[in-house]
Amino acid sequence: MALDRKTSRIELVEGRGIPLPGNDIDTDRIIPARFMKCVTFDDLAPYVFYDARFGEDGSKKDHPFNDPRFTGASILIVGRNFGCGSSREHAPQALYRSGIRGLVGESFAEIFSDNCAGIGLPIAAAAAEDLAALKALVAELPRTTVALDLERRELRYAGRAVPVAFAEQARRAFLEGSWDSTRELLSAEKEIRRVASQLPYLNQFRASGDHP
Amino acid sequence: MGRTLLDKVWDAHKVRTLPNGKDQLFVGLHLVHEVTSPQAFQMLREKGLRVLFPGRIFATVDHIVPTSDQSRPFPDGLAEEMMRALETNSGESGIRFFSFDSSKQGIVHVIGPELGLTQPGMTIACGDSHTSTHGAFGALAFGVGTTQIRDLLATQTLPLSRPKIRRIEVSGRLGKGVYAKDVILSIIRRLGVNGGIGYCYEYAGPVIERMSMEERMTLCNMSIEGGARMGYVNPDETTFEYLRGREYAPKEKDFGRAKAWWSALPSDPGARYDDRAALDGGMIEPTVTWGINPGQSVGVSEDLPDPASLPLDDRETAEEAYRHMGLEPGRPILGTPINVAFVGSCTNSRLSDLREAARFAKGRKVAPGLRALVVPGSQQVERAAVAEGLDRVFREAGFEWRNAGCSMCLAMNPDKLTGREICASSSNRNFKGRQGSPSGRTLLMSPAMVVAAAVNGKVSDVRDWAA
Repeated sequence: MALDRKTSRIELVEGRGIPLPGNDIDTDRIIPARFMKCVTFDDLAPYVFYDARFGEDGSKKDHPFNDPRFTGASILIVGRNFGCGSSREHAPQALYRSGIRGLVGESFAEIFSDNCAGIGLPIAAAAAEDLAALKALVAELPRTTVALDLERRELRYAGRAVPVAFAEQARRAFLEGSWDSTRELLSAEKEIRRVASQLPYLNQFRASGDHP
Repeated sequence: MGRTLLDKVWDAHKVRTLPNGKDQLFVGLHLVHEVTSPQAFQMLREKGLRVLFPGRIFATVDHIVPTSDQSRPFPDGLAEEMMRALETNSGESGIRFFSFDSSKQGIVHVIGPELGLTQPGMTIACGDSHTSTHGAFGALAFGVGTTQIRDLLATQTLPLSRPKIRRIEVSGRLGKGVYAKDVILSIIRRLGVNGGIGYCYEYAGPVIERMSMEERMTLCNMSIEGGARMGYVNPDETTFEYLRGREYAPKEKDFGRAKAWWSALPSDPGARYDDRAALDGGMIEPTVTWGINPGQSVGVSEDLPDPASLPLDDRETAEEAYRHMGLEPGRPILGTPINVAFVGSCTNSRLSDLREAARFAKGRKVAPGLRALVVPGSQQVERAAVAEGLDRVFREAGFEWRNAGCSMCLAMNPDKLTGREICASSSNRNFKGRQGSPSGRTLLMSPAMVVAAAVNGKVSDVRDWAA
């Protein structure tokens, strides 16, 4: 089932932070393929980072998502190239369904970024040293409130404000409340059909425009 | 000012610029499989929308299919449920579904090209990151997530940002025993697993121009492993001749007109690139990954790198990789023992891959105690291989010959590693747990190198056999 929320404006995401160590965390790591055997996204939360959180005998490993100090945290703090690999939307969906409402990191893989934009999960890039400082602070004081401000493009915590970068078009879509894109795209149905009627490969490669 | 193929194809498909600044892009071919689509059809129903261009959508089943007994219902109830969802969704929407009984089922990135669905100048999307494969034809082909599949079903368009473009030239000539797989692994090693973020890759130069279409597919397939959502090769005579006579390719007079349009697509001389990179093809060795991402590779004659010798950013991942893999810096990759060998996946499961693997398997035997699988990419590849007797060659050498599917590339079917098994694999990802066992280990390499490893029970240099 789709996220059962109407498209709404997202200007500020505020909550406690959860720091995740490592770079190049791939989507297989975020949600192993064996948990993708499902026809809805509804029940993915328990499997987020599963193999990093649990041993093969089911024992709990040392992982931020197992750490009670971070229970209820909503801002995930990551490293470089987060979400690389497979296009599976199961990855951001599993994060969202685990309570994550915003991500900050050094950089994000592209399909992952688009998937986040489509489900109303803002992601922002910050400088490595700012992220290191934030991770250290949150590890020490997990109750710190972290605010990701889309309007001002900044991350605020413990009286500090550091600049962050959003993919500008995604940021605008969040601020406008237009991130659930289907209706907007469909409103151009006439233009869509016009483009299709001019593509040679949809018209037996005849001169454009003479297709019914 | 010259234009790149990216510019030409993008502009031909652009519907409009959206208020948020993205382009709304028409997608000429939408491919669908069972894992990433059911939620999208459900979202469509919830919005009360229908599929707008069912004639431009084609479906198959690949990720979850058993490769041994394929009788229905599948023993795995969840796999059966996904299969039924695709049958229902495609049936209700009027989408052509290449299921088992079509005799054209297979990995989505194998069947698109072999049916002639994939053509130059198209925009192609699929809920699968290896959609970049279809760039081999000079198409703009990219993976999308499920919410984007919903938009594709409802509108046949997507909101997208035009990527930057990097031209990667591979000069010289590849040595014997060196393949497209080694070229792309070397490119990723050089440019990094995140080097392609925000870029579309254009592969060019004499080595690429000499490649067959199937080799170009292997190359473009792993663009995403370098962070580039799409990568393409400019179409040429090799492309056109591959397409001639294929089921969905233009026929007779149409083919002539198609060729004229296709011939105008390649990047113009003097086109502007945002970045360029160059590799000497003659310097590329058979390449093997040693770590937990596809950028962590070495030439087969090299020793494993000392993390301290790597760029600062890569050290932490390298140390994590050594812990997971149980390998040691400074040691050769050559001779690393393996337990499992897998020839297959959307990277390397086409007829030419199987021929090359069979050439080295012929008259040899898989090492005792080693499990070895060959999984053809499609039912058509399977039949063609059987017609040439390749299945017999593999069986006689001790490989299992299976039915078409994604199989042990991501282990969503019963083909999995167990425990700490280490697998020589012709697939595309060596991520932790990728092949179905959380502690399992993957060494990526070409199909020929997989056979060499299978026979010797350890990583070997196929050039020692290359005639």
